[in-house]
Amino acid sequence: MAATNIEIWQQGEIIEISQAANDIKKIVIRQSNPAKADPGSHIDLMVNVDGEMVRRSYSVASQSEDLRDLTLGVFLVPNSRGGSIAVHELAVGDQLDITQPLQNFPLRVGAERYVLIAGGIGVTAIMAMAAVLKRIGANYTLMYAARSKEAMAFREELQAIHGDNLQIFLDEDKNFIQIPELIASLDDNTELYICGPIRLMDAVRRIWLESELENTNLRFETFGASGWYDPEEFIVRIPAKNVEVLVGKQHSMLEALEAAGVDMLSDCRKGECGLCEVRVLSLNGRVDHRDVFYSERQKEQNEKISCCVSRIVTSESGLAADASGPAVVEIVTT
Amino acid sequence: MVAQNLGSTTTTKITNYPLNAWYVAAWDYEVTRKPMSRTIADRPLALYRTEDGKPVALADACWHRLAPLSMGKVVGKDGIQCPYHGIVFNAAGRCISMPAQETVNPSATVPSFPAVQRHRYVWVWLGDPTLADPDTIPNMFQMDHPEWTGDGRTIHADCNYQLIVDNLMDLTHEEFVHGSSIGQAELSESDFTTTHDDTSVTVTRWMKGIYPPPFWKKNLHDVFPGYEGKVDRWQIIRFEAPGTICIDVGVAKADTGAPEGDRSQGVNAFVMNTISPESSKTSHYFWSIQRNYRLESQTITTQMREGVHGVFGEDEVMLRAQQRAIDANPDYEFYNINIDAGGMWVRRLLERQLLKEGRLGTKQEEGWTE
Repeated sequence: MAATNIEIWQQGEIIEISQAANDIKKIVIRQSNPAKADPGSHIDLMVNVDGEMVRRSYSVASQSEDLRDLTLGVFLVPNSRGGSIAVHELAVGDQLDITQPLQNFPLRVGAERYVLIAGGIGVTAIMAMAAVLKRIGANYTLMYAARSKEAMAFREELQAIHGDNLQIFLDEDKNFIQIPELIASLDDNTELYICGPIRLMDAVRRIWLESELENTNLRFETFGASGWYDPEEFIVRIPAKNVEVLVGKQHSMLEALEAAGVDMLSDCRKGECGLCEVRVLSLNGRVDHRDVFYSERQKEQNEKISCCVSRIVTSESGLAADASGPAVVEIVTT
Repeated sequence: MVAQNLGSTTTTKITNYPLNAWYVAAWDYEVTRKPMSRTIADRPLALYRTEDGKPVALADACWHRLAPLSMGKVVGKDGIQCPYHGIVFNAAGRCISMPAQETVNPSATVPSFPAVQRHRYVWVWLGDPTLADPDTIPNMFQMDHPEWTGDGRTIHADCNYQLIVDNLMDLTHEEFVHGSSIGQAELSESDFTTTHDDTSVTVTRWMKGIYPPPFWKKNLHDVFPGYEGKVDRWQIIRFEAPGTICIDVGVAKADTGAPEGDRSQGVNAFVMNTISPESSKTSHYFWSIQRNYRLESQTITTQMREGVHGVFGEDEVMLRAQQRAIDANPDYEFYNINIDAGGMWVRRLLERQLLKEGRLGTKQEEGWTE
């Protein structure tokens, strides 16, 4: 199952909305031109944020047997760039532009063993994989972590399907995934798929890279939506072009520069390809690197930024209250 | 896909092909550490082996700029390097190295198709990989069983794969196409029976008390030198979806009990055919003739292989001409006669499988995944 990234737009009709957990809505969308959503796929949809149509990506948690209906789980992120708030305001009967399912996180069939790790809302990218592994009788473990029972979407459904293959970890019980022990127990015949908050993904990635395991057996998906710090407004300047732009919480640096008329190059817009690279001239604040393009070494140097996802914050703590004003970065564009 | 298409393929001239199926991509000896290119069911594949000998089938187009990976070279224990910019993919189709950057884009993959070596062939599955069960590979055990031996070749046929299947499901044509080797008038004079189940079709024909045609007279003499009498001749054709046809053929001295199961006074061979569509109008036709007598004789192996090669050359000419005539006469239909029962059941089974895949009646230009 390989990546399918040819965008075909269609109409989606909201046919069901329910509360899947605290701050998480389950949303069922009927496709006008039904296409199959392979495990790990997502759709992009257009929603209205403050009068502006913006594009957001959501994993397909499951699909009806007749392929028509896609189930999403959408987490309300008050400090986010606004997409989730708009999606939470949708109602049954609403129509929106959606893509047919796109695939950047394919499940490979045929590994001897699988470990699936879902953190919080990341479960939506992992659920369909678990369902396929169950169906084909694969050897798999689904590890699902969340803050609390109330914050855990689709828990009962997953328990019913996966039984003993499901392990639940709740912060409120002080029960955490023991990542070093887990990774030490794996061999090169195991593939690990993870989707969750950046801290969880980063912890797994660091320990994995330190191990002898093959890099490619660690599979992850990032929409670049999750960072180390809450998003803040910040100022970006391009001295060579005499440009100064205020990047709002709801926009990326790339979007803000584009809106200001700067001719920018970009491709994936989720921190993978490196094409939107900008070089840092000076920095008053801290870079919240949210990409997977730069290595840890490069991120520590802070010389380059993937401006489609990475942001600037004011202070070490990430709290705007600690700072006197917005962070400022001066850059050179390509 | 739609109800009114039901039944259409039984007379369709160019049949679409199921994708949730195993197809032979190559002979085992063809797939080596030097990558090769072959197109199966419209999918160009790069075929190679890992260091420990496992066959690999990747899409023959690099993720980056679609350069053919088959022009590249193997790297490490299971990798292949794109010949253009040096990007390396592993057997799972995952990028493991990119030039000029310290990380690897997690989205960089090429489709990797399930590939299995069995019966001296490398089989590939191009459809939904979660349905790929190697236990459903057609049974061709005579290909590499200690009590059988033989050899074959590949024909690159300029016709739709269904036309080859039709050809093999009715051997009446031997009388007319292969008159100098295996054809004889009794073929069209003898009765035959047709049976089927969900995935196979069998056509059985016995010609009792006849004189053997030249090919079979020679084979019989390899075991029973000097026998000039009549024989009982059989052809038991078994189709297994979507494109494998194993034909149990032979002759035995007449009235020695062969029709009842005692073949000790005869010679038996299996013509093992498996056809993989390349495009809608070209096919890879892999065949071998296997026998269960005189296993020690390489001479007989070569003679039989070359004999069948000559026979199939006659078919190849006919099939190419037939495909051209089909193309040149788009406004004429196929009609069926009595002898087409086997081929018709095959088309019915394929039609059901295509319906299940939502691909009946159209040759869709679709993506890599179902």
